[in-house]
Amino acid sequence: MAVLAMRDALNQALREEMKRDESVFLLGEDIGLYDGSFKVTRGLMKEFGERRVLDTPIAEEIIIGTAIGAAMAGLRPVAEMMTVNFIMVAMDQVVNAAAHIRYMFGGGTKVPLVIRTPGGGGHQLGAQHSHSHENWFAHVPGLKVVAPGTPADAKGMLKAAIRDDNPVMFIENEGTYAVKGEVPDGEHLVPLDKNDVKRQGDDITICAHSRMLIVAMDAAAELEKEGISAEVVDMRALRPLDMAPAIESVKKTSRLITVEEGWRSYGVGAEIAARVYEEAFDYLDAPVARIGAAEVPAPYNKRLEKIAFPGKADVIVTAKALLGKN
Amino acid sequence: MKVEQRPTDTTPKEALTDKTTLLKLYREMLLIRRFEEKTAEMYQAAKIGGFCHLNIGEEATIVGIISALRPADYVYSTYREHGHAIAKGIDPKAVMAELFGKETGTSRGRGGSMHLFSQEHRFYGGYAIVGEALPIACGTGYAINYQEKDEVVMSIFGDGATNIGAFHESLNVAKLWHLPIVFVCVNNLYGMGTAVNRASAVTEIWKKACAYDMTGERVDGMDVLAVRRITDQLVAQARNQHEPSLLECLTYRYRGHSMSDPDTYRGKDEIKEWQTRDAILSLGEYMKNQKMLDDEEIQKIDEEVTAQVEEAVKFAEESPEPDPKDLYRDVYADEAAS
Repeated sequence: MAVLAMRDALNQALREEMKRDESVFLLGEDIGLYDGSFKVTRGLMKEFGERRVLDTPIAEEIIIGTAIGAAMAGLRPVAEMMTVNFIMVAMDQVVNAAAHIRYMFGGGTKVPLVIRTPGGGGHQLGAQHSHSHENWFAHVPGLKVVAPGTPADAKGMLKAAIRDDNPVMFIENEGTYAVKGEVPDGEHLVPLDKNDVKRQGDDITICAHSRMLIVAMDAAAELEKEGISAEVVDMRALRPLDMAPAIESVKKTSRLITVEEGWRSYGVGAEIAARVYEEAFDYLDAPVARIGAAEVPAPYNKRLEKIAFPGKADVIVTAKALLGKN
Repeated sequence: MKVEQRPTDTTPKEALTDKTTLLKLYREMLLIRRFEEKTAEMYQAAKIGGFCHLNIGEEATIVGIISALRPADYVYSTYREHGHAIAKGIDPKAVMAELFGKETGTSRGRGGSMHLFSQEHRFYGGYAIVGEALPIACGTGYAINYQEKDEVVMSIFGDGATNIGAFHESLNVAKLWHLPIVFVCVNNLYGMGTAVNRASAVTEIWKKACAYDMTGERVDGMDVLAVRRITDQLVAQARNQHEPSLLECLTYRYRGHSMSDPDTYRGKDEIKEWQTRDAILSLGEYMKNQKMLDDEEIQKIDEEVTAQVEEAVKFAEESPEPDPKDLYRDVYADEAAS
């Protein structure tokens, strides 16, 4: 067990899978010679060569299309989109093609590919580099969508995603690449369809994924000081959405907060809330509270940006309000 | 729309004189013609749903390009692809069954007219988003090089697709990465109802290859032998030198864009004019002049392919519908996730 930053855990997963399986190759903008915009692919071109680490033109549609066609012909591509905002340029390939090919061709082929892409704000990158769109993909049958929030999960889920026979959207977060944590060495696989409880508690359930998991964990630690025992459920598996740990938790705590970095409307929290209402309505003592980004395009100004994205204080205030402890 | 023919291939017709080959080309073109005529009939009888785009008129282009491929070569196509699938070797029964939405169809009734597919025949699909399959074809080309195989990818699309970004991104990387691809533009002069000169700044589509320092050719898409000869060259170039190319085949669809197209944007005279150059009739005439075929044999071939089409309809009629319990099947490769 080593302590690694998220970016290095991801790098380790890529390296291990490329060594294990010759059919795994990487493609994306500046992932090779430049070592990757966020350095996740650092050193891999040097180690594996240009055939297996393919620097592409800045042309998102060709990146995803190439990955799909290579996957159908027997390879296991891992495509990097520099930010999730850029993937909009390639949405036809992701949704109309990657997600639907297997079904519309009657199961005659499969599309085993991974699309890694970071979302998330807080770096003054403005309205075209800061958003979180995992719900867009989680809406689509045929895609798997995961968004890990710890280095260990990042490694284990990326390895599992590369071995999966379906198109997997692997959502990273710019704000977590430097976050450190213990990461098991070597063969460490985390299933793509299992959520888990990251912190036990009795009074209130907080569902969060990706960077908001870290925010939720920090908030839970603060709440404990004030005598509130919060259970944090990691919603890293967004599609298929594993609701079991969240439902179990709500049955115990009877109160639920969802936290996401994207906009709330039609969002991850909305889906979780609906499922909880369907499956555990009678256990709830209060309406589900949803926390998300202000519904504005991400502003550049630091002060405005700070209030536009959710943080620890929002979770604490909401938890107290839900428990009538203001 | 008036177009100037620019056959770049000056090889005499005699270069392809092998009777067996010519008979095969003739038979395939006629099979596709009869299949599509029957498809129109079945659509009007409401046996086929959705959109339905016919290949009638384009047979020389289809058979000319696809017959140049080996079985292990890949074809990516569009939503106007019934004939492409048949030319690549898929049984017309499976194609008709797919149009009928049956479990025995190429895509088990989940795809329909626009989404035929066969792994076995390396027919990698009909795609209904214009230009979408070109980047995907590039990925298969990349996989061929990656696996050090000597296969070729043929990416077929219409004139309309050459104005979309995906076309340009694809030609760029195909050349940049030395992909073994032949891009074939089936220029039937109209993107739906919009004539090429109303949609493209460059109406000689083969010239678009120049931007990528790529071989570009234009051929008379109503002349199956001319199409076949030039495609042979371009396929060899892709296979042996890993050099992609763009081939423009000038052809014409006698019917509307789809079965629901009233065809008001082009003159009846124009349609008649193209029909005078019908590829099947001309090859028949040529073979008769060469004493390879007589009227009796032509009649016999027609009866045989017509029977084959009737058999396809019978097969489709008698095939089972997909089971409702299989609605969720194949959303994912692992059934647990579906």
